[in-house]
Amino acid sequence: MTACRQDRLHWRLLVAISLALLPVAAGSQNSAHAPGERIFSSGYRFVEMSGEELFVNVCQGCHMSDGAGAAGAGAYPSLAVDANLEAGGYPVYLVLRGRRGMPPFADMMSDDQVAAVVNYLRTHFGNNFQDMVTAKDVRDARQ
Amino acid sequence: MHGEALVTSRRDLLSLIGAMAGSAAMYHAMTSLGFASESPYKGPIRLDGDPKGASVLVLGAGLAGMTAAHELRKAGYKVEILEYNGRAGGRNWTLRGGDTFTELGGFKQNCEFESGLYINPGPWRIPYHHRALLDYCKRFNVALEPFIQLNHNAFLHSSRAFGGAPQRIRSVKADFQGQIAELLAKAAMQGRLDAAVTKEDQELLLQALRSWGALDRDYGYNANLISAEFRGYARDPGGGIGAEGAPGKPVGLSDILRSRLWRYLQSFAHYNFQTTMFQPVGGMDMIGKAFAREVGGPIRFNARVTQIRQDDRGVTVNYVDAARPREQRQATADWCVCTIPLPILSQLPLDVGAKMKSAIDAVPYAASVKIGLQFKRRFWEEDEAIYGGISYTDLPIRQIAYPNTGYNRTGKGVLLGAYLYDGANAYEFTAMPPAERVARAVEFGAAIHPQYNDEFENGVAVAWHRVPFTLGCSGDWSEEARAAHYDDLCQIDGRIVLAGEHASQLPAWQEGAILSALDAVVRLHERVVRT
Repeated sequence: MTACRQDRLHWRLLVAISLALLPVAAGSQNSAHAPGERIFSSGYRFVEMSGEELFVNVCQGCHMSDGAGAAGAGAYPSLAVDANLEAGGYPVYLVLRGRRGMPPFADMMSDDQVAAVVNYLRTHFGNNFQDMVTAKDVRDARQ
Repeated sequence: MHGEALVTSRRDLLSLIGAMAGSAAMYHAMTSLGFASESPYKGPIRLDGDPKGASVLVLGAGLAGMTAAHELRKAGYKVEILEYNGRAGGRNWTLRGGDTFTELGGFKQNCEFESGLYINPGPWRIPYHHRALLDYCKRFNVALEPFIQLNHNAFLHSSRAFGGAPQRIRSVKADFQGQIAELLAKAAMQGRLDAAVTKEDQELLLQALRSWGALDRDYGYNANLISAEFRGYARDPGGGIGAEGAPGKPVGLSDILRSRLWRYLQSFAHYNFQTTMFQPVGGMDMIGKAFAREVGGPIRFNARVTQIRQDDRGVTVNYVDAARPREQRQATADWCVCTIPLPILSQLPLDVGAKMKSAIDAVPYAASVKIGLQFKRRFWEEDEAIYGGISYTDLPIRQIAYPNTGYNRTGKGVLLGAYLYDGANAYEFTAMPPAERVARAVEFGAAIHPQYNDEFENGVAVAWHRVPFTLGCSGDWSEEARAAHYDDLCQIDGRIVLAGEHASQLPAWQEGAILSALDAVVRLHERVVRT
């Protein structure tokens, strides 16, 4: 809470420094200290690669393990049986840019990761859209 | 003494002005004499002029909403406050033993801390230059104590350096400075700085480097009692026979650089984290409780706003009471100060112009997680002489923060076992059930404090994206979004004005919430008095 912004700037500075000094570290997998099966990223970006890993470790925080969302003073939308996922470009856009309170993930996920998680959503939780989104689609959407 | 009667010191002059003209005049004098800081807070606001019976609906009883309500009521407005929670304070919040918290998704936690122990899931520290918050604390009798940001005896830890062994902050800081000082001194003595520094200045530079870096007579940074005075001793000096201190061996330049532990040192140098920092005695929510007491009237709790409408005559807000969720209720007023966090406000039917609406939709809220852990004993004090402060680590828990109160006591203790903000790990911890967050914090923390394995008792974990009353930690403005939307967010739109940390240049800080509310009510009052 307090100091969030400074911490964030600090984070980004750290990431920039470690990328500059140690390019190998940026792509390295889980910390050696990661216990159990969980995946823990080692920097600002996510190291989860599959759509399922990304959903379980990231999206589920708000959209819940069954994709049904949740409601308090405001709500997180359900992604289950979701007609908004029919056009693959829409979820790609939302994951990259965010929407309202939803954070943008363009700086935290690669093109492959965004495509993987969007394809996972579009084929799970009662969704059955078989036309796959590609990394190139994501790259184009970043423009 | 000579001249004493003639030369009034600046401090005496200020005391005189203060006694004769009151603190506002003194503040003005201090500013013009160059004493006071550049804080935008200029003391309590004055809302002069008659509001002529005007009414204001305040949405949200966090610090922004209660600041607005307090000041408006004092100025003669009729004020009604709606609050979603069953308590005042919003993100100004403390969890103690006996408290329960249900996050989005339905996970319920019962805090089992022993009486008197707590964590602050939201804000937890107050910089000395947050003058508005400090002033309200003074006016509302909130007792403060120091928040220890820098404890030289806390740890810096990297899982990839020193075999994973945590290092004392004092030794990392001393060795980093000492090695850099030695390097620069060598360069100077070899004439390599001649092009950049005059001979005369080089003499001073060498003196400064010796002082700053704890160098010896030959400008070396070595294992001796000079460096030990900064980095600490391998064996501390004692009393009686054979009691002399023994210096430890400094870490070499390459090792200290490659450890990357130096990157944490800026956490203590930053303006927002410099000493003196404060915390309220007894928990951060002492501030929220004091505001609720001073707000000058009742707060309608458990009221979930569902719609905000305005026309040229007034504002109408629909809400439901948590106990009667099917029954729509209405509150009306001439004006509205809305402090509802933007992820929630962006989902409500709301009569504002396109510019404000775009601004409301443009601000994502940050991910953040805090985890409080109770242990059977204060082993960090008993075993490691760490009294308050923060250890930093590259593990996903990022920080371990020790309680800045109740020092040197026997019995149980609660520390902050993780504080994640932004970055991948904050999302990964949010995605776990609360019990797993606590278990992971214990597993990771045991790499720094092996005592965790025997002493841990229970914990609570708050992930801010799962908090029903905010849906996120705080407004995470990008520079582009701020340039495009910030002014539109803060403008009065008809009869509605927004306030909160999101409508400030101090995002995530309580000071931002208060300054935003003060600015909003001053502008609102100007409009009311003018019409």
